[in-house]
Amino acid sequence: MSTTNPAANPVEKAGGATATFVDQRLGSNKFLARNLSKVFPEHWSFMLGEIALYSFIVVLLTGTYLTLFFKPSMAEVVYEGSYIPLNGIYMSEAYASTLNISFDIRGGLLIRQMHHWAALIFVAAVAVHMFRVFFTGAFRKPREFNWIVGVALTTLALAAGFTGYSLPDDLLSGTGLQIIRGILQSIPLVGTWLAFFVFGGEYPGGDIISRLYSAHILLVPGLILALITVHLIMVWTQKHTQFPGPGRTNDNVVGYPLLPIYMAKAGGFFFVVFGIVALLSGLVNINPVWIFGPYTPDQVTAGTQPDWYIGWLDGALRLMPNWETVVAGFTISWNVFIPSVVIPGILFTGLALYPFLEAWATGDKREHNLLDRPRNAPVRTGIGVMAIVFYGILWLGGGNDLVATTFNLSINSISWTLRVLLIVAPPLAFIITKRICLSLQRRDREKLLHGYESGRILRLPHGEFVEVHQPLNEKELAVIGSKPDTPVLPAPQKTDIDGVRNPRYRLDSIRHTLSGFFYGDNIPRPSAEEIEAGQHHAEEQGAIEAPLHEYEERDVIFNAHGGVLHHPGMPKTNAEQVAEQESRS
Amino acid sequence: MSKDLESKLPANPEHGEPKPGYLPVADIPHKPRVTDTDPKAARRAERQVASMFLLSMLLVVLFVVAYVTIDVSTVVYVPVLGEVGASNLVLGLTFGGAIFFIGAGAIQWSKKLMPDVEVVQQRHDMESDKGSTKEAAANYERGKEESGFARYPIIRRTLLGALALFPIPLVVMLRDLWQTPPGENPVEILSTTSWRDGERIVPDTGHSTGENVKGIRPEEIPVGGLVSALPMSIKELKEDPVANMRDRGKSAIILVRMDPDEIRAQQGEGWDYQGILAYSKICTHVGCPIALYEHRTHHLLCPCHQSTFDLADEGNVVFGPAARRMPQLPIRVDEEGFLVARSDFQEPVGPSFWERG
Repeated sequence: MSTTNPAANPVEKAGGATATFVDQRLGSNKFLARNLSKVFPEHWSFMLGEIALYSFIVVLLTGTYLTLFFKPSMAEVVYEGSYIPLNGIYMSEAYASTLNISFDIRGGLLIRQMHHWAALIFVAAVAVHMFRVFFTGAFRKPREFNWIVGVALTTLALAAGFTGYSLPDDLLSGTGLQIIRGILQSIPLVGTWLAFFVFGGEYPGGDIISRLYSAHILLVPGLILALITVHLIMVWTQKHTQFPGPGRTNDNVVGYPLLPIYMAKAGGFFFVVFGIVALLSGLVNINPVWIFGPYTPDQVTAGTQPDWYIGWLDGALRLMPNWETVVAGFTISWNVFIPSVVIPGILFTGLALYPFLEAWATGDKREHNLLDRPRNAPVRTGIGVMAIVFYGILWLGGGNDLVATTFNLSINSISWTLRVLLIVAPPLAFIITKRICLSLQRRDREKLLHGYESGRILRLPHGEFVEVHQPLNEKELAVIGSKPDTPVLPAPQKTDIDGVRNPRYRLDSIRHTLSGFFYGDNIPRPSAEEIEAGQHHAEEQGAIEAPLHEYEERDVIFNAHGGVLHHPGMPKTNAEQVAEQESRS
Repeated sequence: MSKDLESKLPANPEHGEPKPGYLPVADIPHKPRVTDTDPKAARRAERQVASMFLLSMLLVVLFVVAYVTIDVSTVVYVPVLGEVGASNLVLGLTFGGAIFFIGAGAIQWSKKLMPDVEVVQQRHDMESDKGSTKEAAANYERGKEESGFARYPIIRRTLLGALALFPIPLVVMLRDLWQTPPGENPVEILSTTSWRDGERIVPDTGHSTGENVKGIRPEEIPVGGLVSALPMSIKELKEDPVANMRDRGKSAIILVRMDPDEIRAQQGEGWDYQGILAYSKICTHVGCPIALYEHRTHHLLCPCHQSTFDLADEGNVVFGPAARRMPQLPIRVDEEGFLVARSDFQEPVGPSFWERG
């Protein structure tokens, strides 16, 4: 590389020599030539995935540090560290070493808190990143595989969080494990044995901490790392999606090159995330395990909460009615099995399959590199909001005791309210969201046909009031005008021309209905000619305002609302009326 | 038919050159920044970036100084934060700041001084061209032919069989995740506890088991009171932590005393002792220990998922997700006047399981 540049300084010379050395063995320059100037589109929401990636790196770094001091052992020791309230008390080595990290190792508490904060940020960023991908339709062809990898990563992120939460062996984390044992036991047929295998015997046994430890520091992070690699390779190969805008099409990528812009921006952003995690951990206490004391299965603290991403499962456990049936001498604990195994199972399976379900229902097999605006896919947006509301109510259920004590309400009435809401609120959220999306589509159509409402009211010489509309700027025009019109699949015929029965009739009827459900209500985008005419008209109207200002200042009335008197069927154009008045005077 | 449906869709409206009815592709807008036009502003930005990198270095030095000089147990009062560990605070601020300013500097550099003109690159179809697909298929056919995979069905079937069986040892070896003691099975283990006739009830004094405690006398429990208790035979924590924890997770009970007239029902005739009732402490929902007792209503509330049990009415569920009543332990007093169990629980305690029935 630098060998072509004789003026290069010694560092660059050495760098060039290294590049040549590596290239002769791996052919890396071909890759660099192609990729150093690779273009990535820019949008704030594309940083969500970056936050997830960077916080995961912070978790790995801080986690490695913690393994140097943490002892994953359930052997009982007497604590003799510098945290006085627990001095002389029996506790597991796991808990004692966690206290040691928190109180006696310099910087230990900082690293522990960074690990916890970064883990929370990781899961949160994963979730919000997933919302972004869902609501913009970025999961559509050709990116369905990457969506599935993402769903797997989300599941693993929850597993990583939970296994880590249980390691310090304080009263709070032990209670979480106790609940896990109850959940395992609720699984029909194999549950009882499964619980004994997981805990190495009857609960709590002496093995669970070291088993969770190997899952937490090796198995789960190893899988996450492997899948993140796959995730990124796919993003790299398929090129990032982009939002519609001037110059952006389905066939190009508009943005900044990797070198130098994203090297600096993304690299810098890694340090920003890392730095904020460290600052947060210096300033804000998290998971102070010392106040709960060591775990013992016959004690519990009231009002305690799991980490936020597990809260919804706890809420599901709380809200579930107490159903249990005994069939032929065997017990099925619906009250535990449904909320903790069946519901998450259905949710995550549905999530993973969603791209295929939507493509099947809408018949949309096209490649999509331009993102959807959420309003343009009202049913998808509605489904997403419905899922968030469902999740939110379960999460609220997970804190029903806190709600009760904070607002002085009866826990029974809260639980019943939430049970009803869990059934009623999500469909309601769906309907409302869909209506809002369609209204936004209508407004978009108005903007394309008439320009945007400037809020300025004009009194015309003959006394009529109109609101001045102005043409959209280039960016808005490109964004709003990009709306794809996805047609509803045609209704199939029962028989063909020759009277032969159509074997796919029923299936295609379902698809016809579903695709109508998805896109049947969409407000059609006006044609290019109509848009141009509309914008041109708005431009003219905007232009008429200026001379009128000068002509008769007091006729201009400013109003924030307006648009009332403006109707398309006006007998004469404004310009004609002005000209008329002028000729009369 | 499905193919027909798809052919009726527009080819790809937002693809490439504008389709009829779509707007032409607009130019990418660009506005020059102050740093592009004003050399003074550019120099100012240069200084800003360099100062951030400099600040980062300074903070690293401060971090090392703080690490060496601040005692790890020093507590300081900081407004808003309250009493905090000085070491954690200063280490966090210096370390975090040092990292943060590298990032902030790099981003400022890219935003102010590096070119901000958006460029265009074309995408390429993911789908391989026809030639490659044909070649891949031909390669596959050749491989199939040369290996004789299709021609030797016995080899094929035995290979598939071997591949299907080889993971079995990997699964079988998981069997000893629980080294089952001879003659034991989970159902029996879950169905019994340490309580038996004459087993003395001792108060549960927290994580360190009460040593030298002889038991509980009935008069020590006031009406309306609640005592958490364990069997006296529980192993010492330091000697056998696994056995100790197991008993705490299974044999733990609560003793409550109420006016005998208020007891509406019990799980067995005369299982109380003068209004003292013994119930399992382990919730029948998912196994949290319960000790939230409302002595006027005799309701016992689980802090985990709010299952509520009526102890005056044989421990029945009155609210919440638990499906089963709290098991009751029959009790009496022994010759020395201490409370003891009359037998084990008559039903398994804790969360339900498949074979429980």
